[in-house]
Amino acid sequence: MLDLFLFVGFPYIAIALAIAVGIYRYFSDRFSYSSLSTQFLENNKLFWGSISWHYGILLILLAHLTAFLLPDLHLAVVGGPLRAVVLEVTGWALAMYSLFGLVLLAIRRLSDTRVAVTSNLADWLLLLSLIVQVALGLYVAVFYSWGGLWFTQTASSWLWSLFTLRPDISYVQTMPWAVKLHFFMAFVIILLFPFTRLVHVFTVPITYLWRPYQVVIWVRKSVRGV
Amino acid sequence: MDVRAQIAAVFHLDKCIGCHTCSIACKNIWTDRKGLEYAWWNNVETKPGTGYPTLWEDQEKYKGGWELANGELRLKLGGRVSRLINLFYNPYLPTIDDYYEPWTYRYEDLFNSPEMDVQPVARPISMITGEPIEIEAGPNWDDDLSGTPVYARNDPNLKNLSEEERQKLFEFERVVFFYVPRICNHCLNPGCVAACPAGAIYKRAEDGIVLISQEKCRAWRMCISGCPYKKVYFNWNTGKSEKCILCYPRVETGMAPACFHSCVGRIRYLGVILYDADRIEESAKKSDRDLVDAQRDIILNPFDEEVIKAAKANGIHESVIEYAQKSPVYKFVKEWKIAFPLHPEYRTMPMVFYVPPLLPIMAFRKGEIYELAKDFFSTPESVRIPVRYLSNLFTAGNEDHINYALKKMLALRLYKRAQNAKDVPEEEVKKMMQQMELTPEVAEEMYRLMSLPTFHERFVIPPSHRELSVERSADVYDTKASVGFGFRKPPQRGM
Ligand code: SF4
Ligand code: SF4
Repeated sequence: MLDLFLFVGFPYIAIALAIAVGIYRYFSDRFSYSSLSTQFLENNKLFWGSISWHYGILLILLAHLTAFLLPDLHLAVVGGPLRAVVLEVTGWALAMYSLFGLVLLAIRRLSDTRVAVTSNLADWLLLLSLIVQVALGLYVAVFYSWGGLWFTQTASSWLWSLFTLRPDISYVQTMPWAVKLHFFMAFVIILLFPFTRLVHVFTVPITYLWRPYQVVIWVRKSVRGV
Repeated sequence: MDVRAQIAAVFHLDKCIGCHTCSIACKNIWTDRKGLEYAWWNNVETKPGTGYPTLWEDQEKYKGGWELANGELRLKLGGRVSRLINLFYNPYLPTIDDYYEPWTYRYEDLFNSPEMDVQPVARPISMITGEPIEIEAGPNWDDDLSGTPVYARNDPNLKNLSEEERQKLFEFERVVFFYVPRICNHCLNPGCVAACPAGAIYKRAEDGIVLISQEKCRAWRMCISGCPYKKVYFNWNTGKSEKCILCYPRVETGMAPACFHSCVGRIRYLGVILYDADRIEESAKKSDRDLVDAQRDIILNPFDEEVIKAAKANGIHESVIEYAQKSPVYKFVKEWKIAFPLHPEYRTMPMVFYVPPLLPIMAFRKGEIYELAKDFFSTPESVRIPVRYLSNLFTAGNEDHINYALKKMLALRLYKRAQNAKDVPEEEVKKMMQQMELTPEVAEEMYRLMSLPTFHERFVIPPSHRELSVERSADVYDTKASVGFGFRKPPQRGM
């Protein structure tokens, strides 16, 4: 019963809320959509913390995503023994890299008074969840190795079952507790999305690469660039 | 020809008394809020000096504005991709310490202190953390040359002055300084707009005011670096960038911006100009020497039939064209050629123009005759502030422009002196006037606008015709007399 809630009910609730609240917030309080950067207040620790965290987690998520979306490609890549080892070790390194960044960010948030006074409950909730999640990921990667290989048959299948609306928890039911917790925490973080600064992920300004440099608006006509 | 209108300004530096009234007027209206305590959309700096934020003119450090790379304009911050790569950490971002940590005093201490032998003291506390701090810097820490060894001597504009010239500048009894009030320049080729990855910053075509959409800003912080004048400020509380809005709610209702309105020295002029947007890029690409001329050329003659026709075709209202014809800015910049943009070499084409200071010229009386240094029309080289210094500030190093402006103002000064004090020989004045292509009519007009202008001669504010923009989406009568931002709740950090 608990498993059913944790791996079927909760994920659906989390995703539904994330989408609904995210959209509602976007249209009713767009002002609050911000990455809330504190670089202006503290610059040095942020360099090590923010860069390590962001680049580390981006690569890790990319690996998770390919395993989920393109399992064949993923398996082909990790197929050879040597490649599997390389990927395994890279995974550990990246996890440690991003965990190092996160912990540093947490220390910074605590110890730098200027940053501390701008922090609210949501900031801390998010930061702690992320630390727990990455630490769990690292734990799983080390103690249940070759995740690159078993991920596609278990987690991927379970996620696909969720997305195709034919939920099947048999894939995850027999997993060790750490793995299960890692899965669960993933949806906790999704749930946190619309309520925290995480929304900035959805507004990554990719259009900057092709939009005209200058933005000129005729209040009385339509939008046009130079 | 793509004609657009721009509200532009002229600051006449000889008249600035460095009273900071402008800064206070602005602060009281716009930035007296949590998160912006440190921000001065209008600030007044002493020159020579390092300004606010400290050394803002050092673009090797802050990477503001544009540069020419193989004949192409490029943000000094780097290409577009580098901006996205640096989203998580902007290596060129000034931090609050480059401005100053805002503080207040614990005034309660004065009331709550027990009886003591000594006077109680109100301790300074940080307005960010609320904790006691040592005050180490403020927004005008080098006012009137205070702390010269640390500040004025490190002014980036002294870069190509000889050791001797520098010495002279700070010599006791010869020491000299002037004030440069600064606001956002509402540039034609703004670096802030170009650097914003979110596309949150935009220029209004009808009046050229550059604004940051508070709803679109995501705190990527690139505009702060992109603006070479450091006139975008990060609100550390709301996590949004903010900047001078040229008091658009005032301008739209025909009032001068607060800093203009309150200016004690009456140094500020505001007017609308027409310019050719098609030529912005080409003009911004000119070599340093030609930048001032290029910027002048792009400003169109509002009396020219062709220009009027093109302006109307672009939707510029007839009344705005009329106001462009009366614009004091047009006179200073185009007709008299005595007002220059601040640091045109940043290539953002700033729209606040400065009349360089003539400053104490060395004059003395010999019997009945008033003399300027050696000869009557003394060369500006004998002006106490080196022309090279002024040219580093206002003309990207082109000294001809500064010489011309200073001489023209000298000629005007002597012309009036001959009229009023009658101690300058007539022929000398005539000679000077001729040399500077100055007719008595123009001289009188210049004199009038520089010395005795009324409020409405200084601020020629074009009608905004809000009714025309409103009527597309709402009933004009419903929205009558309403003006503002449309915010319905106070800004706060996050959700
Ligand atoms: S002065 Fe700076 S903030 Fe103002 S328009 Fe120019 S680049 Fe943008
Ligand atoms: S109010 Fe006018 S005179 Fe006073 S500092 Fe500002 S610009 Fe100068």
